Amino acid sequence: MSTIEKGQVMTANRLRDGEVVFLTRAGTWNEKIDEAAMALEPQATAALTARAAEDEKATVVTGAYLFDAERIDGRVRAIHMRERIRTLGPTVRRDLGKQAEGTAGAFAFQEN
Amino acid sequence: MYRYDEFDHQFVRERTAQFRDQADRRLKGELTEEEFRPLRLMNGLYLQLHAYMLRVAIPYGTLSSRQMRKLAYIAEKWDRGYGHFTTRQNIQYNWIKLEDTADILAALAEVEMHAIQTSGNCIRNVTTDHWAGAAADEISDPRPVGELLRQWSSLHPEFSYLPRKFKIAVTGAPNDRAAVKVHDIGLRLHKNDAGKIGWEVIVGGGQGRTPMIGVTVRDFLPENELVAYIEAIMRVYNLYGRRDNKYKARIKILVHEIGAEKFKSEVETEYARHPQQTTEVEEKELARIAAYFAPPQFEKLSRFAPAFEDAKLKHPEFARWTRNNLAAHKVDGYTIVNISLKPEGGIPGDATADQMRLMADLAERCSNDELRVSHPQNIILPHVKKDDVYSIWQQLGPAGLATANYGLAGDIIACPGMDYCALATARSIPISQAISRKFADLDVQEKIGPVKINISGCINACGHHHVGHIGILGLDKKGEEFYQITLGGSSTESASIGSILGPGFAGHEVADAIEKILETYVKLRQPGEEFLYAYRRLGPNPFKEALYATA
Amino acid sequence: MPLLRNNAFVVDTWTHLGLEDKLPDGGNVVLPFQRLKNEWESLAKFPGQLGVLLNNSDHAGELEHFLPHLALVILPFPAFTDGRAYSIARQIRLAGYRAELRATGNLLPDQFQYMQQVGFTSFDVSDRFPLSMWQSAAKQMSLAYQRGLYRRTGETEVWTERHMEAAPWEEQPHAG
Repeated sequence: MSTIEKGQVMTANRLRDGEVVFLTRAGTWNEKIDEAAMALEPQATAALTARAAEDEKATVVTGAYLFDAERIDGRVRAIHMRERIRTLGPTVRRDLGKQAEGTAGAFAFQEN
Repeated sequence: MYRYDEFDHQFVRERTAQFRDQADRRLKGELTEEEFRPLRLMNGLYLQLHAYMLRVAIPYGTLSSRQMRKLAYIAEKWDRGYGHFTTRQNIQYNWIKLEDTADILAALAEVEMHAIQTSGNCIRNVTTDHWAGAAADEISDPRPVGELLRQWSSLHPEFSYLPRKFKIAVTGAPNDRAAVKVHDIGLRLHKNDAGKIGWEVIVGGGQGRTPMIGVTVRDFLPENELVAYIEAIMRVYNLYGRRDNKYKARIKILVHEIGAEKFKSEVETEYARHPQQTTEVEEKELARIAAYFAPPQFEKLSRFAPAFEDAKLKHPEFARWTRNNLAAHKVDGYTIVNISLKPEGGIPGDATADQMRLMADLAERCSNDELRVSHPQNIILPHVKKDDVYSIWQQLGPAGLATANYGLAGDIIACPGMDYCALATARSIPISQAISRKFADLDVQEKIGPVKINISGCINACGHHHVGHIGILGLDKKGEEFYQITLGGSSTESASIGSILGPGFAGHEVADAIEKILETYVKLRQPGEEFLYAYRRLGPNPFKEALYATA
Repeated sequence: MPLLRNNAFVVDTWTHLGLEDKLPDGGNVVLPFQRLKNEWESLAKFPGQLGVLLNNSDHAGELEHFLPHLALVILPFPAFTDGRAYSIARQIRLAGYRAELRATGNLLPDQFQYMQQVGFTSFDVSDRFPLSMWQSAAKQMSLAYQRGLYRRTGETEVWTERHMEAAPWEEQPHAG
């Protein structure tokens, strides 16, 4: 039986190059969604939001927001198609983006 | 083609330096994202789904071989080896870094290009007929006016913070290939009974959430008055266009809300106040520009090109390609070559750096060094001797550029959709790929005949679905992509907005639905009747029955 | 907020009055446009200089017959992306107004040149940006294609320059 948790992940684009990044438990930004901190309750969401706002101000990242995600056996995946594409790369160019760079995490377009 | 003089060169150099400074200040935190955003947008830089996206202006869709090679170079050096040609005759790169952008702009400036005002709430790149200067039906080349307006609108201090974006299109031919009736301002050149040339000025067309056909505010504006008159239109829009709701901020809403007559009288009042005593400078400038667009030295050739005819007889696939992908040139012995960027299962409008270089080479050798980007996302070689066509086709084939579907069901317009775009609500490209695979058989496509299938991945309508003969709009329904089909749209001189046929479809159902629509058409059409005209005659009912009748 | 004029921060010598504030006996006084319209009969006899604050939803046409009596017109930018005041500035200049035209509100150095080109001569700016930034922003572009803009020394109006013999440049009052 696999364990599934649902929650929210904080994402943004790195300011200098636009790379999609995720906020980790250590409070840093990482290119891999599997490294992302997943907030399971409001207090954790608030902490992610506060941290992201700080880093936007410090011009580390831009355009930060939360999206719905699930963690299955320790691996994180976005719920909605838009965010999946963002975490993996274009569905029509499997040779590009995180899916091609080894930073896509465990769920590289199994179903789409 | 237009060439920069010292002023133009200095202008883009200074603009690049200005952006370099702005980007530095943003990276140092001296500008907030909110402040920087309009500045970067007015230099073509978006933040998209995967990275920054840079949209480079290709004024009135005209490129030299050297410029096309530079676009290929940029794709390889700073992007992922390809670019996407857009419905507004521009190119965009999807994987750009902010820290590289000023260098890219500097590289563009070397070949007389820029990314100025390809985004933002300002006057965007002026588009025109992609066959300008070559088409057999043309009255006069509209590109000099395009260039005049490019210069006039560049960094216009009064019109850089408009309520919303502003798009101008210009056509010099009676068969409108520039969609002038669905632009914020459309200009159509025509001759009066005395044989004089003037411009019909159409305002308030557009697509997006509220599609509208523009209204004519002047029937026959003399050419020398264009700049001052458009300035008056812009001022009225800048002052009275709505700023309280971004979905109601385009000029079409203003024209609609106050009425065409009231709008016209506001413009005329503003125009009457114009301060310049004469238009001598504008006339001289237009004449100076027009000299650059003088027709190339065409050879005196016979209308009948024996080698070309012979090749068609020998090679049926070549004959098919010439049947679909060539267009009538105004000079005997020449033709317009339309290179389809829509291979079966491909991504509409995408070209690799290698493909760009090949097309540049062909243009240099066989098309007076000129290429065009077309509004339906293809590349044109405008001035080709018929005797060169066979050799061009042979070279295009191995590069995947010889698909014989120009203007047919496989020649689909599609926006990047949710695979790339941050605004999209659904994917467009996979739908386009599925349809093009469904109609992979070119015999079937030829039997169906000319049809325009346009796909947008959201209501902003970058894929021009409202004016597709068949339009497909991708939406989001509770987290699932679904697609609405409209029929009967057209962006030509007889422009019309398509009507929604009925309930939407899931992504995997769309290609089958399109097939049913086209089968119904083939069954019901009269001899020689194209899809659009059959739809206009038949109305939606037969198509509804075919799609929705329960078996 | 510092007042920027002629590329330097200067002291504002104007008294800014609201709808209810009592009119002083003299000096330089700026009033809301509504008050100018309502109280014109008495204001016409005011011994000092008069200025007006015109909102960007007001019509510049209504201001036109007051212009010869005014020494200051202030146009607010409620947001730096709201560009109405650029057009209002041009209308006011085209109507023949030659005195001080001031921009106030949310202004960015990156818009400074545009504002000068349409005829603004003074600027209520925020403390956020140092004077040096405004000074360098004033000369980011040395060229403009459009005709009839306000120019500073060293700035070129491209079309006019290209066709000098057609329209010799007449000195215009410098912006800023």
